[in-house]
Amino acid sequence: MKYRETAVITEQKKIATDIYGMWLQTKEIAREAVPGQFLSVYSRDASRMLPRPISICEIDKGQGRIRLVYRIAGRGTAEFAACRPGDTLEIVGPLGNGFPLDKGYEKVFLIGGGIGIPPMVELSRQLTGEKLIVAGYRNSELFLKEELEQGGRMYIATEDGSAGIKGNVLNAIEENGLKAEAVFACGPTPMLRALKTYAAEQGMDCYLSLEERMACGVGACLACVCKSMDVDSHTHVKNKRICKDGPVFVAEEIEL
Amino acid sequence: MEYRTSVNLAGVELKNPVMTASGTFGSGAEYSEFYDLSALGAVVTKGVANIPWPGNPTPRIAETASGMLNAIGLQNPGIDVFIERDIPFLRQFDTKIIVNVCGKTVSDYCEVVEKLSDQPVDLLEINVSCPNVKEGGIAFGQKPEALEEVTREVKKHAKQPVIMKLSPNVTSIGEMARAAEAGGADVLSLINTLTGMKIDIHKRAFVLANRTGGLSGPAVKPVAVRMVYEAAQAVSLPIIGMGGIQNSEDALEFILAGATAVSVGTANFANPYAAKETAEGIRAYMERYKIEKVRDLIGAVGCIC
Repeated sequence: MKYRETAVITEQKKIATDIYGMWLQTKEIAREAVPGQFLSVYSRDASRMLPRPISICEIDKGQGRIRLVYRIAGRGTAEFAACRPGDTLEIVGPLGNGFPLDKGYEKVFLIGGGIGIPPMVELSRQLTGEKLIVAGYRNSELFLKEELEQGGRMYIATEDGSAGIKGNVLNAIEENGLKAEAVFACGPTPMLRALKTYAAEQGMDCYLSLEERMACGVGACLACVCKSMDVDSHTHVKNKRICKDGPVFVAEEIEL
Repeated sequence: MEYRTSVNLAGVELKNPVMTASGTFGSGAEYSEFYDLSALGAVVTKGVANIPWPGNPTPRIAETASGMLNAIGLQNPGIDVFIERDIPFLRQFDTKIIVNVCGKTVSDYCEVVEKLSDQPVDLLEINVSCPNVKEGGIAFGQKPEALEEVTREVKKHAKQPVIMKLSPNVTSIGEMARAAEAGGADVLSLINTLTGMKIDIHKRAFVLANRTGGLSGPAVKPVAVRMVYEAAQAVSLPIIGMGGIQNSEDALEFILAGATAVSVGTANFANPYAAKETAEGIRAYMERYKIEKVRDLIGAVGCIC
């Protein structure tokens, strides 16, 4: 089920330059959400009509709360960052499919790049087996590092070399000599493209969470499609809806 | 007092005047997860062609001030899948079904209309106004002669009443409305989107892969109300008004300007319940002003002076 709720913000914290973590009190959404899903968050300014799709970072089922960690990318997200505890936001969710949790891998890579890091937090908690968490940051502002370290062994790459390995997530995997059975990843498209190639070369299963500009967020408007290898269930062409059929796809089923 | 929200479109009785604008609501499945579609007067489907269309490259949408641009490019599964899957789905609800038909040529439109002739659908809406496809679409919607001709051809093949959906990207909407009427249209719907463009100054690039897209949302509403008014003055056909309707207040403007029914489009993205709430709000307005029939409001705008 999908729900529209007026959620109360219970905590709002800046955790790095332009990156904020926000806890939302929900009625139903936290109960049903799984790692890798997202919420549509609506602006309170009516001149910004479209919801902002934001991935779920943490799910607190006990207290019915969801944590969103997001980057200020424009006026809409800047408005969210200016909200204080006690303020409310309209949200719809949980949306999308989420990562598969039932594959029974013994050892996996959880790989996040930049603002693709947040969904790895809840995934690292709910996925069984050994987790090698590889996070790619711009610099030494290592947001969510503490949360991620609780979920597995963490490896860091930074673009400027100010922390961990200088370079990208693949450099961190190679320099640390890491191996695993599968990849679960979210991040910028060039990173996902490189991981798709890497996983294919290594014979690993690979699950990628994609991003695209969305309008409805529920699969109706066909704005956020990606190219797929097989015909899709909706239009019977080769276009999968990122918001509805994804955002998580088996890497070899999509073109990047 | 008993309030009657029903309206009549070419002999089809809608329980209320509120429907969904084509392309914003799929075939209803996604929004049926939020509410019972029986709350609506009709569901207007996403455009369907004779064969599957893959649509345009992404990015396909961009937000603008109080609106959005889209260049989806009429991605659709084709009429055969539509008949097999989407019509039976919609038949589960107590609402009228309006199928939006798109095509690249006159014979494409006629082929789809023929295939729908024995189907349990209530009205056909012919999309001669999509700004986002190179062939067909708007090419038929910007010249009165072409519009009259495609209307006449479609009418020869159609078993259900035909709605011609008009483009706002024309010099005289009244002239286009008269052309559709002359071709035999049963109903008009307007407006489709206004052609627009957005540029990313940091990347110095078009935001949409298609460069141009169709502008919709509250930003276009005053233009749409004016065009519905002019079309209503020009012809005697019933009109479905749309363009930026977010709630019952917006919908009532269109009805007072001359629309018999209204469509909620982009607002579905801002609020999944927008169409249902619009229908409820019209009823509340009738109760507030003791207006017995919606019909009494159609074209009932006057001057303050």
